Amino acid sequence: MAQQEKTETMEHLESATLEGKNKVLGFWLFLAAETVLFACLFGTYLALKGRNMGGPTAQELFDLTLVAVATGLLLTSSLTSVLAVNAMNLRKLKGVIFWLVVTVLLGLGFLILEIYEFIHYTHMGHTFVSSAFGSAFYTLVGTHGAHVTFGLFWIVGLIIQVAQRGITKETAPKVFLSTLYWHFIDVVWVFIFTLVYLLGKVG
Amino acid sequence: MATLIIVTVAVLFLGAILTGGYNQRFLDRVKNSVVWDYITTVDHKKIAHLYYFAGIFYFVVGGIEALLIRTQLISPGSQFLTGDAYNQVITMHGTTMIFFAAMPLFFGLMNAILPLQIGARDVAFPFLNNFGFWLFFFGALLTNLSWFLGGAPDAGWTSYTSLALNEFSPGPGIDYYVLGLQISGIGTLISAINFIVTVINMRAPGMTFLRMPMFTWTTFVSSLLILFAFPALTVGLLLLMFDRLFGSNFFDHSMGGSHLIWQHLFWIFGHPEVYIVILPAFGIISDVVSTFSKKRLFGYNSMVFATAVIGFLGFMVWVHHMFTVGLGPVSNSIFGVATMAIAVPTGIKVFNWLFTMWGGEIRFNTAMLFALGFIPTFVMGGVTGVMVALPAADFQFQDSYFVVAHFHYTLIGGTVMAIFAGSYYWWPKMFGRKLNETLGKWHFWTFLIGFHLTFLPQHWLGLFGMPRRVFTYNDVPALANINLVSSIGVIGMAVGTLIFAINILQSFMKKADASADPWNGRTLEWAVPSPAPVYNFKQLPLIRAFDQFWVSKQTGKEIEPAEPLGSIHMPSSTYLPFLMSLALFIAGFGFITRGFAMAAVGLILFFITMYIRSYEHDPGYHIEPEQLKGAEKEAKA
Repeated sequence: MAQQEKTETMEHLESATLEGKNKVLGFWLFLAAETVLFACLFGTYLALKGRNMGGPTAQELFDLTLVAVATGLLLTSSLTSVLAVNAMNLRKLKGVIFWLVVTVLLGLGFLILEIYEFIHYTHMGHTFVSSAFGSAFYTLVGTHGAHVTFGLFWIVGLIIQVAQRGITKETAPKVFLSTLYWHFIDVVWVFIFTLVYLLGKVG
Repeated sequence: MATLIIVTVAVLFLGAILTGGYNQRFLDRVKNSVVWDYITTVDHKKIAHLYYFAGIFYFVVGGIEALLIRTQLISPGSQFLTGDAYNQVITMHGTTMIFFAAMPLFFGLMNAILPLQIGARDVAFPFLNNFGFWLFFFGALLTNLSWFLGGAPDAGWTSYTSLALNEFSPGPGIDYYVLGLQISGIGTLISAINFIVTVINMRAPGMTFLRMPMFTWTTFVSSLLILFAFPALTVGLLLLMFDRLFGSNFFDHSMGGSHLIWQHLFWIFGHPEVYIVILPAFGIISDVVSTFSKKRLFGYNSMVFATAVIGFLGFMVWVHHMFTVGLGPVSNSIFGVATMAIAVPTGIKVFNWLFTMWGGEIRFNTAMLFALGFIPTFVMGGVTGVMVALPAADFQFQDSYFVVAHFHYTLIGGTVMAIFAGSYYWWPKMFGRKLNETLGKWHFWTFLIGFHLTFLPQHWLGLFGMPRRVFTYNDVPALANINLVSSIGVIGMAVGTLIFAINILQSFMKKADASADPWNGRTLEWAVPSPAPVYNFKQLPLIRAFDQFWVSKQTGKEIEPAEPLGSIHMPSSTYLPFLMSLALFIAGFGFITRGFAMAAVGLILFFITMYIRSYEHDPGYHIEPEQLKGAEKEAKA
């Protein structure tokens, strides 16, 4: 019985304090708001995706191999962030740092591929100002990319902080929230992959 | 470049001051000043004061703009305020009143009262509470700076494209609108999250959801509306900013864009927004009516249900602002029916208020008078609302003064009257003194009569075909006479507001001697001293019933404490939110002036302060039981 209680508190270090509980709930609500934000961007994109004004169409532009690799990197990074939280609940500081570093590296790989992709598209004549399709595409995918960038800075900051202070009731909610955020970015990417790239390929 | 240098110097100065680069005495003086205290406060009661007075300030600013509008319209062909200047004034009147007056005034009352009503020591995120205020403050400041720096926005508060695009609004006005609202919008979203988490996680033991006072409930639901509505505005403003600043083509037809996207995004936000500013009003009226009728609120559960239904339906009706766009009869009908459905829960509320009063022991205080004025006035606004919800009829009402009359009946007759009611009701709790009742009654009658004199005739103006947002009209006797009456009515509202201002000033010259429970109240906020002490509750209360404080008074017992007397943990003050908001203000100003280096500096500063916040270790401080006892003795003496 006592053993069970102990593991229970160990499993939920991020919500061990009221402050932690507040943070987790507040962050879920923030993600709800972010969902609406991305929903609006998706709606805008879907309304404007055919308006390429003589520029290259989605079908001509998108290269699914590249996008598939990027998707693989980002989805894997979601898994590694789970492993980081897992290590955190087992109080394994080295594991937390290791898996967070792997997450950051995978995210960085994704970001580099995305930047390469954007440069490639602009050379093909598909730019932010070339058509409504271009504006909507770069705004939607770019907003996601900006979220990834922000997440990278965030997690790097947390790696330093956890390395300095260890796994405490104060740092645990922060790590947990950053991984929640990372999963959210992943889920948004799944929708981008489907609604932008796959749908773009089938026309 | 020059601005960049000025900003850098200012930042260095601030940095020097904050790190103690100046001499220690100066630093101490700054840190002990009232201004510093209010800038850095994380106490929800002080943040409430900030919100409230910022709201009153902008209410007066928006009111002066209204006076200018009515002066121009007093006679046909008037040359007082024409063309572009008139457009700027109407745009800023709408924007200011909605975003910078109604919302902060509500946030002020919510911050002051909500934690007390649920028996909490503070909100869930004291830091974010302060941050939300300063974001609002700097956003509002940025928008209003447009008057002095290049001209105010002039495309109406709805800022429709393509009118709002560079081609037709070449000045920086719309940029101020976009960036200012973006910054204050982030603040609003943060405050909403804060209130939701506070209500869910911070309620006192035994304070179940169905024991929460109506004001708390409506705050909760309207915060949820903010949470789901404001991101749509964020996206809309972002796209508009991209179109204006970086040459994207979202709203440019010639490049494949579509105006409808702006209209949809704006109204997906905009329609919930009107419920965001009316639901808390319902909450205030519910609390005031039940207190001054000396009766339990009639149909409490149905009130809660109605609030939730209004909140839900509020998201289903945005197209009724776009009936004449041409989306087709099917979508118009669906949205028309959904809109009319909202009248049902609203009707439930109105009848519940009436039944609460029925057989009650009614006291006609100023707060109650405003509540009584609210009910019929708001019902009139609701009835015209059902009229404009009929798509076929709306084609006639669209963009006429009928619509202007309709939404002023809901926003002034509803929102503003409720804010006044709430102000008179909660003034003792917020500031420890009552407002003068005689002046209050003068305030009520001049304002109410002035309001109806101004806006009732505007229904006919609309039916006679006068379009809104146009600065003049033909010299037809009907139009001229009605406009004259309408302009005379404004004097009543102005005088009423002036009396309110005098009343506020007078209250601060008096001694703070209000008792804890001056109105024989029912809800928990009246169980603590006026004004509430910094820790709110010495011991968290144990709640066993709806209107626990009233029940305790009736049975002659004190409210049971839920915890032994112990030391109370408090969060410490912080200047970071102010700096973060200032950084965003600098960034916003950089974008407006197309000084992208300055914008980058602002954003970098913002992220640096975020990092500082993350690394900051804030243990807070404790108030010990001995200090509590000392404070109590002092209060008794």
